[in-house]
Amino acid sequence: MFAYYLDLALRSLRRNKVLTTLMVLALALGIGATITTLTVLRLLSGDPLPQKSAHLFYPQLDPNAKDGYIVGQTKPAPTMTYVDAMNLLHAHRAVRQAAMALSQAKILPQQGGKHPFFSDAVMTTADFFAMFDAPFQYGGGWTAADDDSGAQLVVIASFLNDKLFGGADSVGKTIRLNDRDFRIVGVLKPWAPQPRFYAQDLGGRSYGDGDAAFLPLRTARAIDMGPQDTECYAAVTDIKHLETAPCMWLGVWVELADDTAVADYRSFLSGYAQQQIAQGRFERPETALLDLMGWLRDQQVVPDDVRLQAGLAFGFLLICVVNTVGLLLAKCLRRSQEIGVRRALGATRREIFTQFMVEAAIVGMAGGVLGLLFAELGLLGIRHQPAEYASLAHLDLGMFFFTFVVALGASLIAGILPAWRACVLAPAPQLKAA
Amino acid sequence: MELGPILSTLRRHKIPALLLILEIALTCAIVCNAVFLISQRLERNKMVSGVAEHELVQLQVANIGKPANAKARAQEDLALLRQVPGVTAAALVNQVPFTNSSSNTSIKLDPTQKLPTLNATMYMGESLIGTYGARLVAGRDFNADEYMDFDAMRSDPDLQNKVGSVIITQAMAERLWPGESALGKNIYLGETSVRVIGVMQALIRPSLFMGDDAAQWTMVFPLRMSTASASRYVLRTAPEQRDRVLEGAAKVLRKADPHRIILKKETLDDIRSDFFRNDRAMAGILVGVIVALLAVTALGIVGLASFWVAQRRRTIGVRRALGATRRNILNYFQTENFLLATIGIALGMVLAYGINLFLMLHYELPRLPAVYFPVGAIVLWLIGQAAVLGPALRAAAVPPVVATRSV
Repeated sequence: MFAYYLDLALRSLRRNKVLTTLMVLALALGIGATITTLTVLRLLSGDPLPQKSAHLFYPQLDPNAKDGYIVGQTKPAPTMTYVDAMNLLHAHRAVRQAAMALSQAKILPQQGGKHPFFSDAVMTTADFFAMFDAPFQYGGGWTAADDDSGAQLVVIASFLNDKLFGGADSVGKTIRLNDRDFRIVGVLKPWAPQPRFYAQDLGGRSYGDGDAAFLPLRTARAIDMGPQDTECYAAVTDIKHLETAPCMWLGVWVELADDTAVADYRSFLSGYAQQQIAQGRFERPETALLDLMGWLRDQQVVPDDVRLQAGLAFGFLLICVVNTVGLLLAKCLRRSQEIGVRRALGATRREIFTQFMVEAAIVGMAGGVLGLLFAELGLLGIRHQPAEYASLAHLDLGMFFFTFVVALGASLIAGILPAWRACVLAPAPQLKAA
Repeated sequence: MELGPILSTLRRHKIPALLLILEIALTCAIVCNAVFLISQRLERNKMVSGVAEHELVQLQVANIGKPANAKARAQEDLALLRQVPGVTAAALVNQVPFTNSSSNTSIKLDPTQKLPTLNATMYMGESLIGTYGARLVAGRDFNADEYMDFDAMRSDPDLQNKVGSVIITQAMAERLWPGESALGKNIYLGETSVRVIGVMQALIRPSLFMGDDAAQWTMVFPLRMSTASASRYVLRTAPEQRDRVLEGAAKVLRKADPHRIILKKETLDDIRSDFFRNDRAMAGILVGVIVALLAVTALGIVGLASFWVAQRRRTIGVRRALGATRRNILNYFQTENFLLATIGIALGMVLAYGINLFLMLHYELPRLPAVYFPVGAIVLWLIGQAAVLGPALRAAAVPPVVATRSV
């Protein structure tokens, strides 16, 4: 029976080429726009570390002065002072914990004649790699003892290893960073969470290849590496000694095993804030402990422009669907006589309904195929945009199938009204009119 | 034109008529808002900087570590740069308009005040105002003996209190002392007070992270930078000599210190254009959406109208046989479309207003100016008429003899 409907539908569509083309084209445009913006939206709101994100948390405190504080409304500070970060780290209340800040490093290739260049660097503490599941190609991270001793060690990214050592095992070799020699203890496999969640609010880029070098925090500070972003909450006389200055510049991440651990850490955090208030260091009790995805939402990693574009695309799709409803309706009303004949020959209402839905579905599938083409064009356009995530906008397998789901869904919704109108037509008057 | 027959026909074809109205309404609502968004983006693109944009270039050099002779290095660099052919002024400055790196501070009007009055950006660098070409509208520029060394000031609280003067923008002055002259008044940075000695017409802050309203809250301090504290050399030259000056300056800087990395060398026009790239890209996307939307709506009208004409061939024939002219038939379909478009547009206006309210709430957009409504209406009327013209002409061409035939 289905084959018969298919045949009927194809015949009907072929009979009215202009109308069919208009329907398919409009639907395809709507679907193309929707899939393009959804792909970008999904890229931007995706989970950068799916296997681990539920266990990673970002604690926040607030050392700002009481002025301007409104209970329950003022958010805690996005970054931490060195003192607080170290206190939290040394309390060891989580499975793993690391503090980090972003910086730039001047790297001097050892090969003669090569120019020095700048790369993104992270100054952090020992747990960073294990906590974020950063995979090693060669070697490994450094230890907490190295953190304390300020050893001249570095972990480098695979792309830097490719550039400097042609991808060979470089563990044990030295590289020159900011005019000092550092011993390489580990080389990462290609690792670049998108977005780079640990860089949020530390003044770094959110997308791209990731950081080139990872250095122990104390070591980096000893050679005067400065953070990208510093926010001071009191007058500063000596910005060089950031460890003691009233300035916030570190992000801290902790790994917590389960809900109990999260609740415990939360109370530890507010206890810590209370304790600092008692000591006269803090004036505000506000703390926060967001999980990774919560932190990204809080940071609004998805730009307003992208949301706006997605909203526009959905509006566009809606108009296209309304358009398709109108055109399908026009087609089906035009065929009232044909329907009358089929009904008189014994076709049930359900069969007429199914027949028109099959027709709508065919329009939808054609719209989907063409829509896919438009989506590819749209994404090509997105890749030429100036945004830093632009180069990552590609259609993946999931979105490929989703395109057809949307196309079929849209066309079937559009088909319901015309199909229903067709199946409730009384056969007799149509036959008489003929 | 008699509306009666049109209305009674529409009443018998409610659903197609409603669909057409709905489509026009949605299109009207989205297009009005999209055009408004475009105008917002383009407006932003034109933001006033207050500097001699076409005459400025910058060279950003990397400074790693703190060379002991940073102060001498800066003076030597500047002396060399001023000798580059075409350079009329040069300054080593801490920040440049339309870059995303800036130095900001909160200021108060009274040291006992609990909350700061506003957050302003701090420009520093010897002869910065003259090099940038910022225009003073009141007071004076700094005297040569007013400048202090930034590095020394930074680490000595006593010296900080000696930075006695500041030049601010008109916008900031107006915000701090509405309707009064700012000259001679004091502002406080923490405990330190500085006196306003000059007012500039405009000087945009480098990064607009505080929002566009705060774009002109800018201060200039009489501080001399060294290569340890600043990395941007700004040169002024004739517009047509900018590229040559950049090349010459880069050569001079490399020669003075072969180990230094020149991170960037670009004209301020390029910097500005880069800064607003996202806005222009978004405006481009919106234009695309509008064109596509209007096209789809027009196609929808063509489709439905064609169907309508085909369905009413016989009625048209009867009317023609009864004496209706071709023009009458044409007018009939045009009026019908005008009627549907008008209802759609009216509905669309309400919807447009609703969408705008939503955008105002979620994206901090201003209210949609009323001028968009009549413009949107006219555009949709025109599109409706253009789209219906083809089918209506076909209808007008139906010969009266059709009336005598069975279908």
